Amino acid sequence: MTMSTTPSNLAALACVGTLLAALAMPLQAQQAQPTTDSSLFQDFGGLDVLRKVVDDTLALALADVRIKDTFKDVDMKRLARLITEQFCELTGGPCKYSGDPMKEVHQGLGLSNRQFNALVEDLQQAMDQSRVPSRTQNRLLALLAPMQRSIVSK
Amino acid sequence: MNKQWQGVLLAGIGMFMALPALAQSELVPDMGKLTATAGVIQIEGASGGGLVPWATITGYGSRDSYGANLHYSYVGTQDYALGSYGVAVGIADRVELSVAKQRFSGSLAPLNNLRIEQDIYGAKVKLAGDLVYDQDSWMPQIAAGVMFKHNDGVGGLGAVTNVKGLDAASDSGIDYYLAATKLLLSQSLLLNLTLRATKANQMGLLGFGGDLNDHYQAMLEASAAYLLNRKLAIGAEYRMNPHNLSTDYGKDYYDAFIAWFPTKNLSLTLAYVSLGQITVYDPKRQDGVYLSAQVGF
Repeated sequence: MTMSTTPSNLAALACVGTLLAALAMPLQAQQAQPTTDSSLFQDFGGLDVLRKVVDDTLALALADVRIKDTFKDVDMKRLARLITEQFCELTGGPCKYSGDPMKEVHQGLGLSNRQFNALVEDLQQAMDQSRVPSRTQNRLLALLAPMQRSIVSK
Repeated sequence: MNKQWQGVLLAGIGMFMALPALAQSELVPDMGKLTATAGVIQIEGASGGGLVPWATITGYGSRDSYGANLHYSYVGTQDYALGSYGVAVGIADRVELSVAKQRFSGSLAPLNNLRIEQDIYGAKVKLAGDLVYDQDSWMPQIAAGVMFKHNDGVGGLGAVTNVKGLDAASDSGIDYYLAATKLLLSQSLLLNLTLRATKANQMGLLGFGGDLNDHYQAMLEASAAYLLNRKLAIGAEYRMNPHNLSTDYGKDYYDAFIAWFPTKNLSLTLAYVSLGQITVYDPKRQDGVYLSAQVGF
């Protein structure tokens, strides 16, 4: 198989490459140190909003047939406090997560991607209820998404 | 072996590979992926944007399940129309199999009776990365795909009934592509780069290879989308085309789109497309509208 590229195609390729590099630049700066920048915490509206979002998420999760059974025997008040701490710390707020590592707490639960995503959808709905802008929602989800590797075991 | 049967054979192999994953799960589709994360069906029947195939696997089935979509897409420019319909199945969020039919027609004399049809059988395998979960690294979701294309012939051109009569070297061909799709959630951005090895003239509607060139060429395709919210995305795409025929310039394609995902069962895409000049006989740049509807799970 012979491959060849014309000069105009090469020029277009270079343009696209530059565009992609430019788009990627702000991300590099932001992702390097997510916890030292408190702007996300502030954009969320501070601890009160985070607390309400977490409470609403868990209320939705308990009514969600896809995942409600996974919260059996769970102290929901404690869970809400821990998740609020975790979100607060992740977004750069003045908190420290005091719970156990994600991998440890989800070990043996056999959670699936579908269940992980169900909780994400409940969180999205809760953030909508608190009128958190989509862009801000996605910045939090970007910090939470990699936890899938510690949480999902099915 | 006939190209169509190659496609069917490949589909069979894909299904066989995915069987162990299916056996472990319930047979009810789990709809386990997040809204819009499977893209839409592009003009050749694969999951992607409007013109470009992405590394995404169609449908909302998670890795424990499966999904499928039916689509109808329509492109209308000043002098031509292109309709495409088909079905695509996603298995275990790993393998995608698709079948699509394209129907191209002209409206400007003397090509007002022109009709060209093409069948496309596609297969795609996700090789590495995860679009959604790999937010802490640069790793994109990467997939390799293949499209078996067979041009069904030309109508309305008098004595010419086959694209070979238009100087194409063949009326069937295989496209190979490698796609890397990166979702940058912290920026609400999705970026895609696809590299395709192809001989197809106007996607294959004017056949494969030609009097100028009859070898594979590497074509770059790119997409960028901004997620306005989780049900609405806007973006733009670019797609290179080879120049194999002295009767067709093989101009590059562009589009700017808005895609709406009201539910996981339905998506609608509206775009402005620019296909460049189509054949040297019609000097007008072909711009127009692209509309696509997709239903599935």
